Amino acid sequence: MAGEKSLPEINKRIKKGKVVVLTAEEVIPVVQELGLKKAAAEVDVVTTGTFGAMCSSAAYFNFGHTKPRMKMTEVWLNGVNAYAGIAAVDALIGATEVMKNDPLNSIHPGEFRYGGGHVIHDLVAKKPIHLRATAHGTDCYPRREIDTVITIDDLNQAVLFNPRNAYQNYNVAVNLSDKTVYTYLGVLKPQLGNANYSTSGQLSPLLKDPYLRTIGIGSRIFLGGGIGYVAWQGTQHCPSITALPNGGSLIEGGTLAVIGDLKQMQPEWLMGASILGYGVSLAVGLGVPIPVLNEEILYWASRTDEEIYAPVIDYGLAYPAGNPEPLAYVTYAQLKSGTIKVDGKEVPTGPMSSYPAAKKIATMLKQWIEQGSFLLTEPVAPLPSIGEAAPLNPLAETESQTDGKGELIWLPNA
Amino acid sequence: MAPERIVLRFNATTSDKPVIYHLVKKYNLIINILKARINPHKEGMMVLELHGEPEQYAHGLEYLRSMGVTIQPLSEQVQHNETICNHCGACINVCPSGALYLERPDMKVKFDNEKCLVCLMCVKACPYKAMEVYF
Repeated sequence: MAGEKSLPEINKRIKKGKVVVLTAEEVIPVVQELGLKKAAAEVDVVTTGTFGAMCSSAAYFNFGHTKPRMKMTEVWLNGVNAYAGIAAVDALIGATEVMKNDPLNSIHPGEFRYGGGHVIHDLVAKKPIHLRATAHGTDCYPRREIDTVITIDDLNQAVLFNPRNAYQNYNVAVNLSDKTVYTYLGVLKPQLGNANYSTSGQLSPLLKDPYLRTIGIGSRIFLGGGIGYVAWQGTQHCPSITALPNGGSLIEGGTLAVIGDLKQMQPEWLMGASILGYGVSLAVGLGVPIPVLNEEILYWASRTDEEIYAPVIDYGLAYPAGNPEPLAYVTYAQLKSGTIKVDGKEVPTGPMSSYPAAKKIATMLKQWIEQGSFLLTEPVAPLPSIGEAAPLNPLAETESQTDGKGELIWLPNA
Repeated sequence: MAPERIVLRFNATTSDKPVIYHLVKKYNLIINILKARINPHKEGMMVLELHGEPEQYAHGLEYLRSMGVTIQPLSEQVQHNETICNHCGACINVCPSGALYLERPDMKVKFDNEKCLVCLMCVKACPYKAMEVYF
């Protein structure tokens, strides 16, 4: 195709300091003014960004061996349980793990003041962290207990590894029930009292490359204020495009698994989140550069909030029951205006993911590329595109052999 | 005078006294009770919007103090910590008075102290604890 650019060509321009980079917001008026063809020839890279609570985030560590040696079987960091069933002094802490003895929702709605997401933030902020571990003791690893204080600098490795981030699109949550509900999409007042959404719309990475033509395994990205890489497709990855009854199309379902060295990340871009009545999580700053290889890539990368739709779902009754049928489809332009119309009613909207932070990420990534400190990478393998991922199945429940209290009475290979 | 918003704190011995009645009857003050709470130790807290003749208003506050009630201006109580806030917007729709709002088109969270009712819903709803309470 005429006007094609290659990634090595773009990297050459980055090294020469001649690259033209625009954020996914800045590129919109440029394409409107110059047209796709001319803009695709002039613009080399479009940067995207998103910042919001992303469950399915985690970090793993190697603490270094103790003297005498210890095979840690249970590990707590600041009182938050980390999974230690990996190796002697390796552990993984998940973003949604709550503190030992957290009152949870016993007084509803629970506040969930501290958890895995906060531990990851405190580590990155170089705060001292209490490490406690216990073990059963073996001949080669005799030690049974440790209580000490560590910082991220003491760890041999600290790696952020998020199995599912950067959801391509997300539900707009409303509440059709008669009482307030406390969800991961925030507080939802009864009878369509408000509508919450959580995507950066025209800045959102996977909405700007919906067919994953440029984003693949090995893509270098902005992650938590530092550099990260796309490791794999995210869990629940199943991108799709659906024509909507009243025009427009719904793009949703793509996700990314991402990885990066936690030691070079910034606390501002990895924030522990306490979500009222729901639990803890980690707000992750993530940005993906999209190389403008041709007009088609720029067509998608320059789509506007007016053209990007999200489904409105009832989180009062339908979603918890597992029957999330959309009540309506709205654009991000409508969502950002402050009200949407659902069932003839004007409903005030509120975001859960920060548009100003998303914009800052896209701008930082743009600057890194312009300064020549961030080169683009060719994916080593593609991710499943629209129509290529296996459909997501719900969990099928079958009768299990338990004693009636949930304890297994038949042990495999016992 | 313009209505003033104040926070009253009652100890266990005054919390069962009809002080609001006296504020109306003796000092002719116009009172709008925004919030009232009493804890299991019988200590009370009340948020009032109060106005009347300046002299009467001053006497009214004097009376409250004489009853052992502590008085604080309301606006000092909730603060928007802008170094923590990342402008996600989770607080916008839980705020009943519009004190927290998004400034468009930047989509930045703004806090208008004047409109704050100190209901503290934002303090609970903010995932990052950027809304702080000062007593």
